[in-house]
Amino acid sequence: MPDQALYGLKVLEFANLVSGPYCGKMFADLGAEVIKIEDPKGGDTARRREPYAGNTPGIERSGLFAYLNTNKMSITLDPKTTNGKSIFLELIKDADILIENHAPREMERLGLTYDVLEKLNPRLIMTSITPFGQTGPYRDYKAYELNTYQGCGYGFISTVCFEEPVHPPIKAGGRQSEFGTAQAAAVATMSAVHARDIIFAGQHIDIAIFELMAGQNEASIQHWVLAENEMGGVSQPVVQPMCPLPCKDGHIFLMCVEDHQYDKFVNLMGNPEWNESELFENRFSRADYADALIPLLSEWTKERTKQEIFEMGQAAHVPLAPAYSSEEVVNDHHIAERKFFVEIEHPVMGTAKYPGAPYRLSETPWQIKHRSPLLGEHNDEILINRLGYTKQDVVKLSQSGVI
Amino acid sequence: MNKMALEGITVADFGQAWAGPHFGRTLADMGARVIKIESQRRMDAARGLPPWPKDVMPTPNNSGMYNCFNRNKLGVTVNLTTPRGVELAKEIITISDVMVENFSRGVMKKNGLDYDSVKEFNSGIIYVALTAFGSDGPYKNYVMYGRPQNYISGLSQITGYPESAPHPINISWGDPVAAQHAAFATLSALHYRKMAGKGQYIGLSQWEGLICITPENIMDYTLNRQVRMRQGNRHEFMAPHNAYRCGGRDLEWVTIAVETDEQWQALIKVMGNPEWANDEKYSDALSRWKNQEEMDKHIEAWTLKHTDYEVTRMLQKVGVAAFPTLSNRGLTEDPHLNERGFFVKMDHPDPDMDGKKYDGILWKMSKTPGKVHSRAPFPGEHNNYVFGELLGMSQDEINKLTEEKVLY
Repeated sequence: MPDQALYGLKVLEFANLVSGPYCGKMFADLGAEVIKIEDPKGGDTARRREPYAGNTPGIERSGLFAYLNTNKMSITLDPKTTNGKSIFLELIKDADILIENHAPREMERLGLTYDVLEKLNPRLIMTSITPFGQTGPYRDYKAYELNTYQGCGYGFISTVCFEEPVHPPIKAGGRQSEFGTAQAAAVATMSAVHARDIIFAGQHIDIAIFELMAGQNEASIQHWVLAENEMGGVSQPVVQPMCPLPCKDGHIFLMCVEDHQYDKFVNLMGNPEWNESELFENRFSRADYADALIPLLSEWTKERTKQEIFEMGQAAHVPLAPAYSSEEVVNDHHIAERKFFVEIEHPVMGTAKYPGAPYRLSETPWQIKHRSPLLGEHNDEILINRLGYTKQDVVKLSQSGVI
Repeated sequence: MNKMALEGITVADFGQAWAGPHFGRTLADMGARVIKIESQRRMDAARGLPPWPKDVMPTPNNSGMYNCFNRNKLGVTVNLTTPRGVELAKEIITISDVMVENFSRGVMKKNGLDYDSVKEFNSGIIYVALTAFGSDGPYKNYVMYGRPQNYISGLSQITGYPESAPHPINISWGDPVAAQHAAFATLSALHYRKMAGKGQYIGLSQWEGLICITPENIMDYTLNRQVRMRQGNRHEFMAPHNAYRCGGRDLEWVTIAVETDEQWQALIKVMGNPEWANDEKYSDALSRWKNQEEMDKHIEAWTLKHTDYEVTRMLQKVGVAAFPTLSNRGLTEDPHLNERGFFVKMDHPDPDMDGKKYDGILWKMSKTPGKVHSRAPFPGEHNNYVFGELLGMSQDEINKLTEEKVLY
């Protein structure tokens, strides 16, 4: 009996950076075989992104790449060459899934559209992830994380527009729109795996970061369509306190959406006299007078550490949490007890802690079986052992830049 | 009619607010039969959350949040504080392949609906528990919402301007992240069940979900003991890389990101080759990165002369990544989303809600496309169908249970 849920599924990943590779990682970490096809000239773009182990750049030193590509195999292949393309097509014949995140025109130029691939393998599921999708007026637009994150409505609601000077709207740290879409792409792809048992065929999935993120934006469309509220009520909350407060050593975020939660919090503060004012009578009046309230709350929080307030507040069932740095996340005692982080050894990067998976499956647990691959580490295994090329063929393919 | 990818799969959805209902909606959009289980005693919290139609009093059925995340579902009301109600919930679970809950820890156990109890009568069930911090560990009972979760995950610490407080992100980002992670794990577990004949328990921590999608922040610390802080919209090496104010209506912005020298040359050509751009302060990528604050002021002087869409069109034409910072209104009116058929209009008996636009299916599948076939249910709207047709109870019995406030 296989010990992993996706044992037996064969995935080809022809993708760079985050949106395709995190999708591929989700498959690999649950037991699918994932062969990553990388550019012979330097590999996946993520290999050239920070953080680098020891702050030393190098294609085998990126922490982002190492995290995103656990449990995968890597082959180098240039499908722009005739031989490279024919190897690509041979791999397609035996694959269940192709995950790719190239621009629509790029796949057309390479002659690797779903129409072509489907003829070789009618059971193939092809998942294409792009900023704007395979059709429509923006299909050829170029976009980085900054453009997609802010384009999907998340920037506008983070405009700090009630203070002078007005700061530009902010992008969340990291690559939230790419990660968010990668996850959904994995769900879509697994849906297509189930659909194969119904329609006995594969299919093409067109997933656009623009649509996915617009549709996961906390019903923001409805804030406009129904309420005609363009800010969605988020930059100026309609109930308070719902804000960061300064502490001795950073900030906590307090979110009292219900009156009883606020009452519990001021009780912790020793029920100060100012709270008897009718200005602070209920959650709505507190929002109206937030400018008066927040400094009063801050006076108390400033005298305490965030951990102190976190523990005290949670003991009293007040929804609040500290603003953690990466260091505090990694060293938190709850996360340690849950053994969330895993140590992985890498021949170039050394041993480091990596985030694990957010889900625990009781029968088929998530597992790290292999660290991320070196560039082209599995060329011989795939080309010689699986596709039947000779050692000499591989030398030639390598010298001519095909692999 | 097209087949749907997940037809034949039944989901018992005990989800509340966002993460749970979003999980159920994701599967329902792909064709699963999702039965939403609530009670009049304790309705889905999303029914009490904004937005509501302008100048209209909230009702249990006119919340945009609720209607957005519960479409395509059947709605039943079952009072879990009565023993008979728990029995009826078990009957629904018996005909289900998947069940999902995101109650506070302990609620399902108290009702005898925890995994150990459920697997006794449905061993094939995929049981999904969405939690804030996981079902074990010191924080397992902590009360949490999405925004404080942004803070404890480390995401807020790296979002915002260096001189400001860590940014709230203004959305419960961990909720959809938890829902999609869980949906993937669930479909994987169903796949395994086809091979091995076994169900299983899936426990998800929303906190850990956010940590999984911020690996650069985490691994800069685990590899190098470097603690990242917020840096506005700055990129690790790209510049220009910011949102620039435009000259259309108030608060109109466009983002521009430049990676290569070719893109930079194309940008300054579109700007009309201004003199400042030829200063050696901007002559290569590193110089531009170092001098970006001053450079951004020059660029903004240009973007202010145009609208966000104008800047976007001019720059995209020459291969430079630019895009408007759209608001929710901007998204609703955007030509591309409309041309791709992203939006759906939902019928609703309430005239204030009828015919309104919603976000549609989040991805396009060529052979088994998803579909929005029905609006979110009223409380107990499908009691007759689910308990009568699916579970074979008589109308008299259903009426009696309704009177006794069991189906309530």
